[in-house]
Amino acid sequence: MLKVDNLSIQFGGLKAVDDFSLTISEKQIVGLIGPNGAGKTTVFNMLTGVYKPTSGRINYKSKDIHGFKPYIITQKKIARTFQNIRLFSNLTVLDNLKISYGFNTKYNLLDSVLRTPRFQREELRIRNASMELLKAFNLDGKAEEFARNLSYGDQRRLEIARALATEPDLLLLDEPAAGMNPQETHELMNLIGWIRDNFNVSVLLIEHDMKLVMGICEKIAVLDYGKKIAEGTPEQIKNNKRVIEAYLGETDEGGMVVNA
Amino acid sequence: MKIYNKLILNSIWIVALFFGLNYSLETGIIDSYYGGIIMIVCINIILAVSLNLIAGFTGQLCLGHAGFMAVGAYSSAIITGNLELPFFLAIIVAGLAAALISFIIGLPTLKLKGDYFAITTLGVGEVIRGILINIDYVGGPRGFRVLPETTFAWSFFLMILTIVVVRNILTSSHGRNMIAIRENEIAAEAMGVNAPKFKVLSFAIAAFFAGVGGALYAHYNSFIDPATFNFLKSIEIITFVVLGGMGSITGTIIATVILTFLPEIFRDFQDLRMVVYSVALIAIMLFRPKGLMGDKEISFAFLKKFTSGKKQSKGGQINAKS
Amino acid sequence: MELVQQLINGLSLGSIYALIALGYTMVYGIIKLINFAHGDIYMIGAFTGFYFATTADMSFIPTLILAMIVSVIFGVVIEKIAYKPLRNSPRITLLITAIGVSLLLENGMRYLVGPDPKSFPSLIDESSHTFFGLQISNIQLLTLGVSIFLMIALEFIVFKTKTGKAMRAASHDTEAASLMGINVDNTISFTFALGSALAGAAGVLVALAWTTIDPYMGIMPGLKAFVAAVLGGIGSIPGALIGGILIGITETFSKSFEMTSRLSDAITFSILIIILLVKPAGLLGKVTREKV
Repeated sequence: MLKVDNLSIQFGGLKAVDDFSLTISEKQIVGLIGPNGAGKTTVFNMLTGVYKPTSGRINYKSKDIHGFKPYIITQKKIARTFQNIRLFSNLTVLDNLKISYGFNTKYNLLDSVLRTPRFQREELRIRNASMELLKAFNLDGKAEEFARNLSYGDQRRLEIARALATEPDLLLLDEPAAGMNPQETHELMNLIGWIRDNFNVSVLLIEHDMKLVMGICEKIAVLDYGKKIAEGTPEQIKNNKRVIEAYLGETDEGGMVVNA
Repeated sequence: MKIYNKLILNSIWIVALFFGLNYSLETGIIDSYYGGIIMIVCINIILAVSLNLIAGFTGQLCLGHAGFMAVGAYSSAIITGNLELPFFLAIIVAGLAAALISFIIGLPTLKLKGDYFAITTLGVGEVIRGILINIDYVGGPRGFRVLPETTFAWSFFLMILTIVVVRNILTSSHGRNMIAIRENEIAAEAMGVNAPKFKVLSFAIAAFFAGVGGALYAHYNSFIDPATFNFLKSIEIITFVVLGGMGSITGTIIATVILTFLPEIFRDFQDLRMVVYSVALIAIMLFRPKGLMGDKEISFAFLKKFTSGKKQSKGGQINAKS
Repeated sequence: MELVQQLINGLSLGSIYALIALGYTMVYGIIKLINFAHGDIYMIGAFTGFYFATTADMSFIPTLILAMIVSVIFGVVIEKIAYKPLRNSPRITLLITAIGVSLLLENGMRYLVGPDPKSFPSLIDESSHTFFGLQISNIQLLTLGVSIFLMIALEFIVFKTKTGKAMRAASHDTEAASLMGINVDNTISFTFALGSALAGAAGVLVALAWTTIDPYMGIMPGLKAFVAAVLGGIGSIPGALIGGILIGITETFSKSFEMTSRLSDAITFSILIIILLVKPAGLLGKVTREKV
């Protein structure tokens, strides 16, 4: 479904991502791992149009989406979450979700001003769809709370729900487990599997928590200094010599315990 | 059909308010001096509520609102004075002319991030004024006579129209998109919001009503000159918005009423007036940076909660009331 | 010849804009604030000069220095009282506060001295010199000389002293600078002080050349100097110089033609708009991207 060929980007003299290729097929869960600063988020930013790749091709559902604006990419059914949570923090949980339905809304400005039946029908549809999604994420009880008042774990899950509300076929999750405790991480793992099955989406996720990555991903790609150094099943990655080398000596939060 | 009940209820008290004020004006309970100030209040509310749409709700600080007001004032004055066409047509043309100019300016500049939009609109306001000074057809720096066409009814109902339109937009998908841009533009685009389009849309609607406000002002004051629409006028409108709360329509209305009446009360201290005004502006920013209302709205539901002593802890300012 | 003459006039006016623009650009570089009150600091400089020159009968150099000192005090106090508490607030809050401070300075001064223009004493007898058929007044020469001297001094402070190094570091990344042990609060105050000193000097120089001063004299030059800073690339010191000179020359040229004389302000702001559209970061500015 997604086919990335030889993607590269350069900031000044620095090649942040070099010759990155990856394919994701339908309903597949793929992990993107690597030490801090390896260029994982930059790959996300290129896939979602935030950065324009210096070279390479991004083929999605057999269409070239290279160079498209972020909102167009979302409308073409790729949605994402952010590493540093970017909720609409002064809005309610419900409104956060409603915004995602915006580009699919079937009424115009005049309908909103005049509150036509069409407007009311659509608003009801958006509201019901949002509430249903919130219920699925167990957030419906907090629909009227401000997003900024949610717990950290709830904020992460709301971000995923908000991305799903754009009705994507490919979901990009940028460190969804960051800041979660083992219990929450375990729940998140189940949630991601459940999302794939229920919403029929493919998932590409960046994550440092190896338990989560190894436990859920069918395929894993490893980035180091902007280059893909390995790709394969969790078993293959665990035993890959270059991967182990790349991670050795890493002791900060980016470090991983390969045998975990 | 709850919405229609509310519609009827709202219409009743708005019409009642109008006839109450109108009766007081006609019978002299409110003298013509204060009658004039009430009309200015209505016009200022049009200007401030429309500015809040772009600055408060969409998060793009416009420092040239007076410029769009000027476009409306002059274009409407030409329509009624030189072309001798009816006033309602002049108001529509005023709004459209201002919206058109904002569209042309907004298209390229709203793509810029940060303060640059603020700077450009400041520049645009000054350019508009500079050009008006050089057009002898409208009197240049000497000013321009305008027919006194603005009545209390015109100002009142156009004010209501502005409030209703802006509010209805804000409680729709279009408005949610604008607010999302203010909250986090990158996230908004990631949720499929065409940010440049909605910024331009918000800007054009704001300019439209600024133009309408300008037309009303011109035909109320029966004289306009380029100096009326200088940078300080833009700042004055921003003060209404900031004091009321960027992102609150009711806050804007309350602040506009207070700040328009207040100088009249202090008329005897003319010289000190602006000093107090500027100290107040700084103090608000330091001690209550979100203004009187923040992004909350006063609605019947809000009042109920407030009077029952419950602190409003839950949100819902976009969709709670319709 | 006429062309060269206008060029010289423009250079002299432009050096004033450059002096004010430097303050805008340094402050913006370090706390990302368009300090709207900066133009009014220039007015404060002019009025301080006026009072020292009339009541104390001081000559040019002490007047200039005292005006600069008082401007520095104003600049630093404003920063401490009005801007510092808001350093972590949204930028729009800070911007509106700056507008408030600007209004306060203008109206406060108006309240104190009245709205009427005051005529500035001629501290230096104006005389005209003719070089190769070009008219240059000694005041123009003085303006240019003092401006160049101050700019060289600024260059020295920013690039050759330890405080200057701290300024550049804080401007590059405030957080990292504070982690490296730089006292960011003091550095910001120092930046305001430097900018205000230059603006105060510009105020006296302009008062000498134009001979009248009033409480609102800072608005237009302030805005134009700001345009100059943006034009050159806000945050860039050489950019402010180039921008100031360009704006000064544009203004004198547009004023010298009958057709465009009344349009000169509109032309200045049109240039701003065009530059922002073509080169959003200004002539020498760098485009920064937000980290996602």
